[in-house]
Amino acid sequence: MTALSPPLLDVDALSVTYTSERGVVRAVNQLGFELAAGETLGIVGESGSGKTQTALALMGLLPATAAVTGRAGFDGRNLLALAQAELNMLRGQALSMIFQDPMTALNPHLTVGRQMARVLERHQRLSRRAALAEAAVMLDRVRVPEARARLRQYPHEMSGGMRQRIMIATALLCRPRLLIADEPTTALDVTVQAQILTLMRELQAELGTAILLITHDMGVVAANCDRVLVMRNGEMREQGRVDEVFYRPADDYTRDLLAAVPRLDAQRPQRLAVIGAAEVAPSGREDYQPTDDVLLQVNDLEVQFAAGRAGWFGPRRYLRAVDGVSFDLHRGETLGIVGESGCGKSTLARAVLQLLDGYSGQVLLLGHDLSELDRARLTRTRRDLQVIFQDPLASLNPRMTVGDIISEPLLTFQPELSRAARLERVQALLGKVGLQPEHVNRYPHEFSGGQCQRIGIARALISGPELIICDEPVSALDVSVQAQVINLLMDLQQEMGLTLMFIAHDLAVVKHISHRVLVMYLGRVAEIAPRDALYREPRHPYTRALISAVPIPDPQLERNRDRTLLGGDVPSPLDPPSGCAFRTRCPLAAARCAAERPALRQVGDSLVACHFAESSRP
Amino acid sequence: MTGATDTLAAAPRGRSLWDDAFDSLRRNRAAMIAVALMLTVVVLVLFGPLLSPYDLYSTDWDRISQPPSVSTAHWFGTDDVGRDLFVRTLYGGRISLLVGLAATAVSLLIGIAWGATAGYAGGRIDQLMMRVVDVLYAMPFMFFVILLMVFFGRNIFLIFVAVGAINWLDMARIVRGQTLSLKKREFIEAARAGGVSPVNIVRRHIVPNLLGVVVVYVTLTIPQVILVESFLSFLGLGVQEPMTSWGALVNDGAQVMETAPWALMFPATFLAVTLFCFNFIGDGLRDALDPRDRSAGG
Repeated sequence: MTALSPPLLDVDALSVTYTSERGVVRAVNQLGFELAAGETLGIVGESGSGKTQTALALMGLLPATAAVTGRAGFDGRNLLALAQAELNMLRGQALSMIFQDPMTALNPHLTVGRQMARVLERHQRLSRRAALAEAAVMLDRVRVPEARARLRQYPHEMSGGMRQRIMIATALLCRPRLLIADEPTTALDVTVQAQILTLMRELQAELGTAILLITHDMGVVAANCDRVLVMRNGEMREQGRVDEVFYRPADDYTRDLLAAVPRLDAQRPQRLAVIGAAEVAPSGREDYQPTDDVLLQVNDLEVQFAAGRAGWFGPRRYLRAVDGVSFDLHRGETLGIVGESGCGKSTLARAVLQLLDGYSGQVLLLGHDLSELDRARLTRTRRDLQVIFQDPLASLNPRMTVGDIISEPLLTFQPELSRAARLERVQALLGKVGLQPEHVNRYPHEFSGGQCQRIGIARALISGPELIICDEPVSALDVSVQAQVINLLMDLQQEMGLTLMFIAHDLAVVKHISHRVLVMYLGRVAEIAPRDALYREPRHPYTRALISAVPIPDPQLERNRDRTLLGGDVPSPLDPPSGCAFRTRCPLAAARCAAERPALRQVGDSLVACHFAESSRP
Repeated sequence: MTGATDTLAAAPRGRSLWDDAFDSLRRNRAAMIAVALMLTVVVLVLFGPLLSPYDLYSTDWDRISQPPSVSTAHWFGTDDVGRDLFVRTLYGGRISLLVGLAATAVSLLIGIAWGATAGYAGGRIDQLMMRVVDVLYAMPFMFFVILLMVFFGRNIFLIFVAVGAINWLDMARIVRGQTLSLKKREFIEAARAGGVSPVNIVRRHIVPNLLGVVVVYVTLTIPQVILVESFLSFLGLGVQEPMTSWGALVNDGAQVMETAPWALMFPATFLAVTLFCFNFIGDGLRDALDPRDRSAGG
């Protein structure tokens, strides 16, 4: 940590270029930084900024088509000029890497123990038995319960969080001096992310490993890094100590990037800054209030999927993806729905949209039970009920032009319109969502992710719907694009009086856009509350844990934050716990929680499903 | 209204995935040579017989089993009954290509309709439709053909029927598999939410997205069908004299291989070149339509 000791890693003028018939691409351009032993350096940037390319270049993992120049001094040697054999000895031994997706980074055909033992057999010439013993010790260290039993399991038998722990344990087996972590928590849920990041910090303190943490999340940087390097389009924009960069950013891009992230600790919603725009436009948002009339009413909704049998002759098993969910949605309101992956929020959306084959309970749109409508009436009702999906490109038919995609709902809902009239509508709408009317004849793959999402929004709007269900509409987008899409949705809502059901796993985004928030856990509602009440005074212990797990892009706040860390993983929905579904991870759990399923009841401004909702914060 | 139409005319045309694929195909030298060769073969087969003074049936009594010769205008020589092999090879090509295209077209139509319906409908309907496919698969092909021949006599259309009836099974399976994976894509859900009827979803959203795979499969099916026809003709179950096909010609030629090698060489060369061409075009198309290649360019 001291400035006097020579840096462990000294990168100078690192460039990665690709030459193809389409021209030369500079993925990384003249990058230079240092990393001292025991220090954590964060590299942040949006997609295409070259941060992963940098990591792969250091590890010597780039494809042969990449031309790497520059110097990366590590331990007196230049990593970029090492022969393959030398590099192989160094990798896994002195430097290690953790990848974003633990499922694809682990070999699915080998047991965890076998994979971990191989590293030790190769680098430390241990016997199989000694290597396995050492692997078990390391698994203990990354807090994997029942480490010995885990060694005999295959990667697919574990949860995502457990797999990432195993990746970390494998990377740390030889006590490397440098660990490169490429988006180590991006594929994980926020409570698991908090566990993994805490674990990495603790291990670093124990082992003195230097960490190069690559991420797109400013919050993760604020909480975990000593220094940070901001990249854009392959170039370094700024580097410095976290406090400097966060509180006194010298570069415009850094400033925009920080302002573009919706923050959990923001007092009142304002328009998100858009990168490159001069000034944050004032918002009339605070004046916009939803009406009182109920547009959508969901009563005791339950969705089950058949999940095979328990054994050959056992009873048929069902996965209860949505388990007794009820809520109302007022016209003009935005209801945010949050929860971790597998909590049933997307299934809930599909049930409301009538895209599932069967569910029980009621979905009432303007008082009509949608499941009782015949096919023709249902088709007519779909006009009021539209959807925006997560993956902008996958939600557009690649073989159709933008004009055809957007106007398709009109063929059903207003078949009397002529082709020219449809086109006119499409072009007017393209302008409204921030695209050019000339774009009608283009194809989706010619647009960026953010533009594709705008096309998806235009398609949802063309029939003039009352309710739009947004299923993680910004999760796949970069921060700056996310800000644009959120601003667009909020503007459109205000202009057209739309009602939104906004599904997301990012609590800060949900806080920014919603009037009320519904928190789901294992297919059930944990809490429904007006936004301010929920974030100011979360009543359900799960809500509290979720909020406390979200990293805030503010280094000092992060250092002094008192976290309620949740242990363990979300239980399998095939076999949910008795009584309260959350009790296996709940700090307040008592005997009553296992026996009795808590009903949703009013506490203060909130509806909470917890026996101990009145008990104040622990 | 006119305003909108004007801007539509003015709006730049986008590049569809097909445009991209054709560009990438155009850069593939092997595939382009194959296309050129294929076109030459097709033109020859269609118009070549007009160049020759001979016809398909007539025997040239003076020149039985004559080697190729320019002066007599028997460019490919004659067979053991004095018929001109140039004309016969090209006529045979017509039959072989016709069988290849027609049987593939039959299998394409039935296969896509069957596979896409089964895949999209899912559940019981899918089970039922695919079990029908399994049952048909289990029928021994030669037995099926011989049975047809015995009942209806030797007839060129029977070959279309027989080959088509077998080949659509593969097509249906491939199309169903593709449909199953497409069905889960978000743009299909978006279409359902947009009130698009199942028939239109299959027509507008599923089938166009299948075509990439199907096109590749077609270019590999055509040569397969040509080979099957050749095989049937070789066994004597194919086309009827005096009509002929490449397979029948190769069969005849093989019997006089030692005394009149040209009778085997010319039809066999045509057959081989055609098969090569289709395979190269198929390979080229598969590379051109591979989405991974395209996304790398960004």
